[in-house]
Amino acid sequence: MIEIKRLYKNFGKLEVLKGIDLVIEGKGVYAILGPNGSGKTTLMKCILGMVLPTSGEILLRDESIKKNWKYRQDIDYLPQIANFPGNLTVKELIRMIKDLRRKPDLDETPLINRLKLEPYLSKKLGNLSGGTKQKVNLTLTFLFDSPYIFLDEPTTGLDPAALIILKEMIEEEKSKGKIIVLTSHIMSFVEEISDDIIFLLEGNVYFRGTAEFLKEKTQKPDFIHAIANLLTEQNV
Amino acid sequence: MFKIFKYSFYDLMRSRWNYVYLLFYLALGLVLLFVSTSLSKAILTLMNIIILLVPLIGTVFGIMYYYSSKEFTELLLALPLKRSSIFLGQYFGVAISLSLSLVIGLGIPFVIYGIFQSADIWHFGQLLILGTFLSFIFSGISYNIALHNENRIKGFGFAILAWLFMAVIYDGIFMIALVMLHEYPLEKFSLIFSIFNPIDLSRIMMLLKLDISAMLGYTGALFKMFFGNYLGSTIAMLILALWTITPVFILKWRSAKKDF
Amino acid sequence: MKNLLIKVGLFIIALCLSTAISAKTIEVCKNCEINTVKKAVELAERGDVIIVKKGLYQEIEIFVDKPLIIIGEPGAILDGQMLSEIIVIRSDSVTLDGLEFHNVGTSNLRDYAAVRVRGSRYFTIKNLIIRQPFFGIYLEKSSYGKVYNNQIYGNAVSEFYAGNGIHLWYAHYIEIFNNTIYQVRDGIYLEFSNNCTIGNNVSKNNVRYGLHFMFSNNDIVRNDRYENNGAGIAIMFSKDMEASDNYFMDNWGSAVYGMLLKEVYDAKIINNVFLRNTAGIFVEGCSRILYEYNDFESNGWAIYSRGANYENNFTNNNFISNSFDIAYTGPLNKNVFNGNYWSDYNGYDLDKDDIGDIPYKPVKLFSNLVNRSPEAIILLRSIFVDLVEFAEKVSPTITPNILQDETPRMRMITHDRN
Repeated sequence: MIEIKRLYKNFGKLEVLKGIDLVIEGKGVYAILGPNGSGKTTLMKCILGMVLPTSGEILLRDESIKKNWKYRQDIDYLPQIANFPGNLTVKELIRMIKDLRRKPDLDETPLINRLKLEPYLSKKLGNLSGGTKQKVNLTLTFLFDSPYIFLDEPTTGLDPAALIILKEMIEEEKSKGKIIVLTSHIMSFVEEISDDIIFLLEGNVYFRGTAEFLKEKTQKPDFIHAIANLLTEQNV
Repeated sequence: MFKIFKYSFYDLMRSRWNYVYLLFYLALGLVLLFVSTSLSKAILTLMNIIILLVPLIGTVFGIMYYYSSKEFTELLLALPLKRSSIFLGQYFGVAISLSLSLVIGLGIPFVIYGIFQSADIWHFGQLLILGTFLSFIFSGISYNIALHNENRIKGFGFAILAWLFMAVIYDGIFMIALVMLHEYPLEKFSLIFSIFNPIDLSRIMMLLKLDISAMLGYTGALFKMFFGNYLGSTIAMLILALWTITPVFILKWRSAKKDF
Repeated sequence: MKNLLIKVGLFIIALCLSTAISAKTIEVCKNCEINTVKKAVELAERGDVIIVKKGLYQEIEIFVDKPLIIIGEPGAILDGQMLSEIIVIRSDSVTLDGLEFHNVGTSNLRDYAAVRVRGSRYFTIKNLIIRQPFFGIYLEKSSYGKVYNNQIYGNAVSEFYAGNGIHLWYAHYIEIFNNTIYQVRDGIYLEFSNNCTIGNNVSKNNVRYGLHFMFSNNDIVRNDRYENNGAGIAIMFSKDMEASDNYFMDNWGSAVYGMLLKEVYDAKIINNVFLRNTAGIFVEGCSRILYEYNDFESNGWAIYSRGANYENNFTNNNFISNSFDIAYTGPLNKNVFNGNYWSDYNGYDLDKDDIGDIPYKPVKLFSNLVNRSPEAIILLRSIFVDLVEFAEKVSPTITPNILQDETPRMRMITHDRN
């Protein structure tokens, strides 16, 4: 369970999060949506402890994350742009992250096979394409089998085949009872995969509910228009 | 921290630039020993190059490594690791790999030359110690500047400016002050002024050990008295240590407060 | 007339007789009847030769009051046992040859010497070896003597408890040649001593100066070698001097110079080599000195001119790789620096006459600053100073204008040296 209470975050004069209250409980895929600059990534980074809140509280399993780093053992995070040290090979990077997470004995081969990364294992990361890097990024995220998974734009750079694999993997993790939080700009992907939609606008939770509920509420036939409607409504 | 250090260190040790740096010192050492008539002269020339180059390379490497590994740092930040250990680990990786390049690069030619049989071994040793201090100090300063500036161009600019200030401008101001105040007794003033710049401090500590100290004449007497006794050189080393530790603490403190 | 002839005849006979007597040789040895030099000197008559055989003679205060030739065979050692002087010459025409002297007495009140010559003329002191002198050879109020081929080895540590190797006080027309002097206070010291000639000596590791003139005029130093002294040659309050063809090497340390000139007038410093001295020449209050055909190489300062110097002429010298070519205080005072070679000069010579077309300014900005605020020397070898020096090379207008060589040479001058 993730519990967020009156979370505020300013970057200088810019207020990004304006008192968010949010509870994420029970297995499922939670999609955080919102226009550019609405605070999706900031919220995610707050939970990860990368951004320090101006005020408010974040609890993970009823424990505050402030000045704590061990709770991250329960989290897998896929960052938005993965840029790895160019001198390392894929294999070395995976071994290194395993080492850093103190799980050196995990076997990554099933994931590697699934994402078809074998040919790249001994290539230097600096020479990989964006899509391949994202696959490496995914490998590192799904390897550790933590109860919480955060995916920031997981679809970036992926080809359709890889996208299908990603969806399968998310479904599998969900079925294991995990909480998966993601952001994405691909609405079809979000609609297909997510159980709960958290719509952020101007630093607040503007809408919370399933895709069906959203369509109903906005009276739009499809998801994209429903989302667009949320935005225009706000503009009025 | 040690794990991060280990990976940063390996990463840097495999970087092309580190080899260029190492080879540069290797070549420099060989050429100097080949050209110079005496070890003492070679060490003097080396000192001139070290006080110019070590701080500059430390600054540039520090800032480049921070920015180039920024995304990777963010990846690490999401892992169950302590923040300070990430940054300190990276910093020590940079500082130690730079220092090793210096020590090994210069050490090999001098060892081949037979520095161990020479009375100049202590001077050479002191030069390497001072070079190591300068590597730590300036990569520490530039790491802090990088941490403080998201904008790479700005960060790079500030870091170079900081180097320029310490290496050149500080002495320029010092000289102008000396000229303007030349009616007053200034030995103490110059002692204090030069003690607070690690580059000047290293240079003077080295000069006083070499033949050329004779040229310092009357003015050097106070310096010699100060650095010559046990207390003085301890103070000098303490100040260098302070210069080394301070950036580390600031790094620890600022990195704990920063958003990524 | 006859009477006169007899008188002349008698005189000749007397002369022959006296020569016959003077040809007498007295031998001194440990087992001889005469077993001390002192006894031999007492027994000897004018013109006798005393030969001292090999052996250790513990003797002090041997007064030589008549013209004698005293020859020491190799290994003839006079030991002063650190008590007093050993030989004091008080007569004209005395020759000392080949003796070895050990352990001269030291005193705070009296300047004990291995050999003292007092108020005498036409003496010769040669081939002596003096170890642990307080003073080595001390000439006072004596003239027309020769001092050569002597070796003096001291063990001086500080100038307050040491004497000089060869010391002259009111001694004129003395020739000092081929002596080797190590580690005393001043290797050779001349005070109120005029018309002396000094040459081919080696003076090394002395705690004060290699050669020191005070209030002495018309003296000449040639072909000497001065290494690792407080100053190679110091000339003070003297005039009409000449120093030529000497070597000044490695006189290196705080306030250490190749040559130190203070209140010297009308001197010639010609064809000397100054190599690796903290300052090649330090000069203060000197006038009408000609510096010509000298080489200044790898010195801290080639010339350190400390002011009140008038009408000095520096010409045809080589200045090679000195940290500073010239440090200069005060106005130009008609001092001239033309026609030298400067290794730091990078002007051009379009008319191919081997003389640079633009003047060279040997006093650099930093050197000038150091003169104004001596503390600035602490910036020696700093990047800032290197940059200033580089800027001066690129744009010579930065350099202060006071002193320049109007006709700098493009090539090093080859001096006639053997």
